[in-house]
Amino acid sequence: MIDREVAGSLPRKNGELVFESPWESRAFGMAVVMNEKGAYQWEEFRDRLIERVGRRAQEGTSSSEPPTHYYEDWLSAFESLLVARGMIEPEELAARVKEYQELRRDPVF
Amino acid sequence: MTEQRSHQHDRDHDHHPEPPSEVEARALALESLLREKGLISGEEIDRIVSAYEHDIGPMIGAAVVARAWVDPEYRQRLLAEPAAAVAELNPGAPNATNLAVVPDTPEVHNLVVCTLCSCYPWAVLGLPPSWYKSAAYRSRAVSEPREVLKEFGLALPESVRVNVWDSSSDLRYMILPERPAGTEGWSEPELAAIVTRDCMIGVALPQVPAAVRS
Repeated sequence: MIDREVAGSLPRKNGELVFESPWESRAFGMAVVMNEKGAYQWEEFRDRLIERVGRRAQEGTSSSEPPTHYYEDWLSAFESLLVARGMIEPEELAARVKEYQELRRDPVF
Repeated sequence: MTEQRSHQHDRDHDHHPEPPSEVEARALALESLLREKGLISGEEIDRIVSAYEHDIGPMIGAAVVARAWVDPEYRQRLLAEPAAAVAELNPGAPNATNLAVVPDTPEVHNLVVCTLCSCYPWAVLGLPPSWYKSAAYRSRAVSEPREVLKEFGLALPESVRVNVWDSSSDLRYMILPERPAGTEGWSEPELAAIVTRDCMIGVALPQVPAAVRS
């Protein structure tokens, strides 16, 4: 068995920051957890993500664009899947977003 | 769990002095609603995020590569049944379902991309680097792989063929690079230390430090 710390010391050095802000890590974690809990198949999520990534590419911001919108597409795919499954109502989501934007609710992360 | 804030509370203890961006507000809204409905807990999300940020990373893949270099039978198992071979070395790690391991040879260099989104073997490499998700890499890795490799500092001789593997959620590729010359007699941890994430995506080759070579 390899000592993980030894084995891992160098490969980490060429790692990059994986999340640029906390909401990105929460979006990632939510989608993985809900899949683990059987709320949907990963392919269903991936299909929605592919559609959004593809749409963004078609909107003309092609090859020189930095990948900063990736987790926006991820969050959008996750959100649409929850709505499609009836786990979240669009109206309650819109109302809740507004509460956060108007600083009327404590952040959960 | 979540409470309506008073205006006084806002001024005194604001976590967000500025209103959150639209996308941040949507992430907050989704998490708070899912929590209220009992569909998820903050701790479950914490656990996943922390695992991918700290515990799961390219060192798992690097350990697998190092073992395959020193143990030909393990190498066979790794190529035939990747998930089982990874689990053998990392009993507690997440299941590397849908992992496919592609070996480099002296004649063929392999490169991994996901042209449609960013499918990636998380269980052995952690989360993908940002360039892997970029539109430029996703398209150019297929259309001009040699140019892309040059930009990563990897100039391959014309005699070496480049094979590009397009990942999907059904098949997530990891490259098994060749063991470099000059590493004879090295221990597995020493070998694993030169196997970087980029080596296992195929945009770099394991490098033997100059001090060791001489």
